[in-house]
Amino acid sequence: MPSLKELKNRIGSVKNTQKITRAMQMVAAAKLRKAQEAAEKSRPYSDRISNIIANLAQSMQGGGDAPAMLTGNGKDETYLLVVATADRGLCGGFNTNIVRKAREEIVALKKAGKTVKLYLIGKKGKEQLSRLYEDDIVEYISLKEEKTIHSGIALGIGQKITAMFEAGEFDVCKLIFSEFENVMTQNPIAKTIIPAAAGIEEGSDADAAENGGSFYTYEPDEEGILRVLLPRNINTQIFTALLENQAGEMGSKMTAMDNATRNAGDMIDKLTLTFNRTRQAQITSELIEIISGAEAL
Amino acid sequence: MADKLHFALVSPEAELFSGEVDQVDIPGTEGDLGVLPNHSALMAAIRTGAITVFDGGETTQYFVQGGFADVTPDGLTVLAEKATLMADIDKEALQSDLDAAKARIENLEGEAALIVQQDIDGLSELIAG
Repeated sequence: MPSLKELKNRIGSVKNTQKITRAMQMVAAAKLRKAQEAAEKSRPYSDRISNIIANLAQSMQGGGDAPAMLTGNGKDETYLLVVATADRGLCGGFNTNIVRKAREEIVALKKAGKTVKLYLIGKKGKEQLSRLYEDDIVEYISLKEEKTIHSGIALGIGQKITAMFEAGEFDVCKLIFSEFENVMTQNPIAKTIIPAAAGIEEGSDADAAENGGSFYTYEPDEEGILRVLLPRNINTQIFTALLENQAGEMGSKMTAMDNATRNAGDMIDKLTLTFNRTRQAQITSELIEIISGAEAL
Repeated sequence: MADKLHFALVSPEAELFSGEVDQVDIPGTEGDLGVLPNHSALMAAIRTGAITVFDGGETTQYFVQGGFADVTPDGLTVLAEKATLMADIDKEALQSDLDAAKARIENLEGEAALIVQQDIDGLSELIAG
């Protein structure tokens, strides 16, 4: 049986922990609102750019000289997986879920005899993946120093990926991140971004077919536009993924810290009960001692 | 009632405008072009400059830096790299963009230099005006 002093200390320390988790929850809630707003604002742009590419892919079908970035370079031997995770922990299963998704992809690809290269964004993903796939990691960046996610970050990553593709370092690029659905639900997904046409066919096929009948006039020309549009698409996809991730991280952290605060509360209740019982037992035993002492006289 | 054109202006950070308008003038890389309702399908690259939106006799101007205009039967969508309402322009930020562009053109030639030169022209015009 712990002594009263020990119990008191434990209650005190749990209370302190509760204060910390509550503060973290409130910080996450405030950041979540901003992150969610940013993620929602970026959606129209990325949706539209996907639509345009779907249209282009549609109208270029049959034309033999479509750029490799749009329709693929004809091979699918080497896969580049861009895995975006958070830089901080204490956000429930957020990072683990993304890493699990990445691992499933890696295992499936390796089983099919493909070469896998990893481009990691975020410290937590690196910590978990480097244990198993140390040798496959080709790039790693942390966004810890960045206060907010701005398009410049995505631009840097996008340019790097574009350059790697042009150098023939990989054939297919998949982006693995967590799609922000709401505060409670974030779905880790893998999205193919190179070739660009592959990622779109799954989602907005109907859309493309609707507009497929129209013939585009290009200014300056098809090639010139695609040359700028395709890398832009990569940057946009990455940017959106980072924003979604950020919102997801905050949502997940908020939920996790809310749970932690509640658990700490339960623990305090339990400890207080034990504390009172112990105190009561001590008083009772003291009383008995006094009474039996008095009777003995 | 005359037909209206559905116009949307989006940048990676936000959707600046979405709605029905009469006419939109956009600065294409090959020259300015006006888009009216029922325009044929067109895909144009945009240079740095001003987008003018005409609606019911009123005009609104937006400043855009690079991007695309996509005209479909459904309307016009402008995907801008950067876009701001003309009234909210921060000239100091533009000046630093201009300086950056000027620095960049030094090591470029041919087509790439031409694109940056268009940026410089657009920016200096705006700062001067």
